[in-house]
Amino acid sequence: MIEVNGLCKSFKVAKRTAGVKASFKSLFHREYDIVNAIKDVSFTIDTGEIVGYIGPNGAGKSTTIKIMSGILVPDSGTCSILGHTPWHERVNHVKNIGVVFGQRSQLWWDVPVIDSFELLKDIYKIPPKEYANNLDMLTETLQLDDFINIPVRQLSLGQRMRCEIAASLLHSPKILFLDEPTIGLDAISKIAVRKFIKEINKEKNVTIILTTHDMSDIEALADRILLIGKGTILYDGNLSALRNKYSNDKIITIEYARSNKSINLPGVTVLSYMEERAVLSINTKIISVSEVISSLVNSYEITDVTVESQPVDEIIVKLYKEYAI
Amino acid sequence: MRAYLSVFRLRLMNGMQYRVAAYAGVATQFFWGFMYLMIFEAFYSSSTNIQPISFSQTVSYIWLQQSFLIFIMLWYRDGELFELITSGNIAYELCRPINLYGFWFSKLIAQRVSGAILRSVPILVIAFILPKPYRISLPPDITTLFIFIISLILGLFVVVSISMFIYISVFVTMSPVGSTLIFAVLGEFFAGLVIPIPFMPVWMQKIVYVLPFHLTCDMPFRIYSGHIPRNDALIGILVQIIWLAILIVLGQVSMKKVLKKVIVQGG
Repeated sequence: MIEVNGLCKSFKVAKRTAGVKASFKSLFHREYDIVNAIKDVSFTIDTGEIVGYIGPNGAGKSTTIKIMSGILVPDSGTCSILGHTPWHERVNHVKNIGVVFGQRSQLWWDVPVIDSFELLKDIYKIPPKEYANNLDMLTETLQLDDFINIPVRQLSLGQRMRCEIAASLLHSPKILFLDEPTIGLDAISKIAVRKFIKEINKEKNVTIILTTHDMSDIEALADRILLIGKGTILYDGNLSALRNKYSNDKIITIEYARSNKSINLPGVTVLSYMEERAVLSINTKIISVSEVISSLVNSYEITDVTVESQPVDEIIVKLYKEYAI
Repeated sequence: MRAYLSVFRLRLMNGMQYRVAAYAGVATQFFWGFMYLMIFEAFYSSSTNIQPISFSQTVSYIWLQQSFLIFIMLWYRDGELFELITSGNIAYELCRPINLYGFWFSKLIAQRVSGAILRSVPILVIAFILPKPYRISLPPDITTLFIFIISLILGLFVVVSISMFIYISVFVTMSPVGSTLIFAVLGEFFAGLVIPIPFMPVWMQKIVYVLPFHLTCDMPFRIYSGHIPRNDALIGILVQIIWLAILIVLGQVSMKKVLKKVIVQGG
């Protein structure tokens, strides 16, 4: 459904060093740097997938999203979304997509939310019945009832973000691009937004492409991740495969009756050690979790044990390190 | 079409909220109006030559100019649009299934109309009850009034289609200051806002009539006072329509060009 092939985009950036002298010089002579935002990006996405698009700041995530949503024109490469090339058939293409830029707003600042929605209804030529249905569904699931008649400037960030997401879905798009939809949200709003994203993906089979720096978003939502760094795709696959590849570590926290025996096992690193509590990192390639626990049981009087996987964030840090991005 | 009307409506509602700004505007415009009247009165009484336009026609010209200032001022601008471009919020406007030129055009028209509604009524009402030499006179007949209204509306469209070039230029320069200034200084002079065009030397009038700026306010106001005879007025309306078509086509083309190279600012 989405086919991206060999996409490249570069920007010309005026070079200027700091200082008054350099400013004067740049009045007469300008030097430019060419920054390759993305180079040769290719992937395909099928209907109904949720894809997490991740990478460090400046990796080219937003640039890719902007090209796919018809805002930017790439230097070279092809992109076909539901049979349209976004930058050639912009108007026909954008009817099918919804976009949320977490750092920007599409709602009119000074008027009630519902007025912005009504305008979108006319812009997208949404049939009245479809509009009413969608609006009902969205107000219910995103709980917009309380503030849909309040001007946007008086809303909290969480409320506004829910409205932004609703605004992007009024015209029942088949594809939804979410560019950092949970940025700045508190835990409750984050979970509400995630739940909603999952729901519309399941019920309406909306394909979702999501960029975020919050790995728990990815963990909760995406079956597949695309990792981009320095403008090229570095990894394309599912999260558990990534985990198996990069994280052989488990974290075990044990609590025990007072003891001062030291823990000394191959493949076990002690992260913290106190008289009644220790946190261990276990390399499962060398030693299995059960082996560790059984040997601990022999030497300690254990009161509590928890076993956790390594947080996704750390895996990502490892990944970034490995690719040197 | 509906989308354009809808955005017009929303922008109009939005613009009508700024009442205090409008009252301040009314006061300012009165001050300017009287200042111009004093200057012209002194000018008329100290000169023995026959002037190209009568004093009472000048009075009407000035009061109309002050009450419809927002309609015709080139420098009157929509900060929101500039912000959209320079901050990168334009990303959203670009992923809508609409023609951006038309969309912005409707917004700009609505903004000017909302501003003018709030300002023109009080100024006109007072200008009609002022003592004699300073009072605005009625147009010679009802048909003239009708032609005046048409040419004023067309003039508004011409102003907006000229000002679109300011917004388009901001895509390239990233700052509205320079282009607004250039457009404002030249445009206003050639529109007859500094001195009414009949007072200009003949060679300059020739230049002025070739440019579209005089169609925005000089022509409608002189139609109102009867200074431009009816036949010439009808030809003027035709010229307005032709210029409007040219400006819109040029605007659309240059908009398409800059959008191809657009860079959405700020990540």
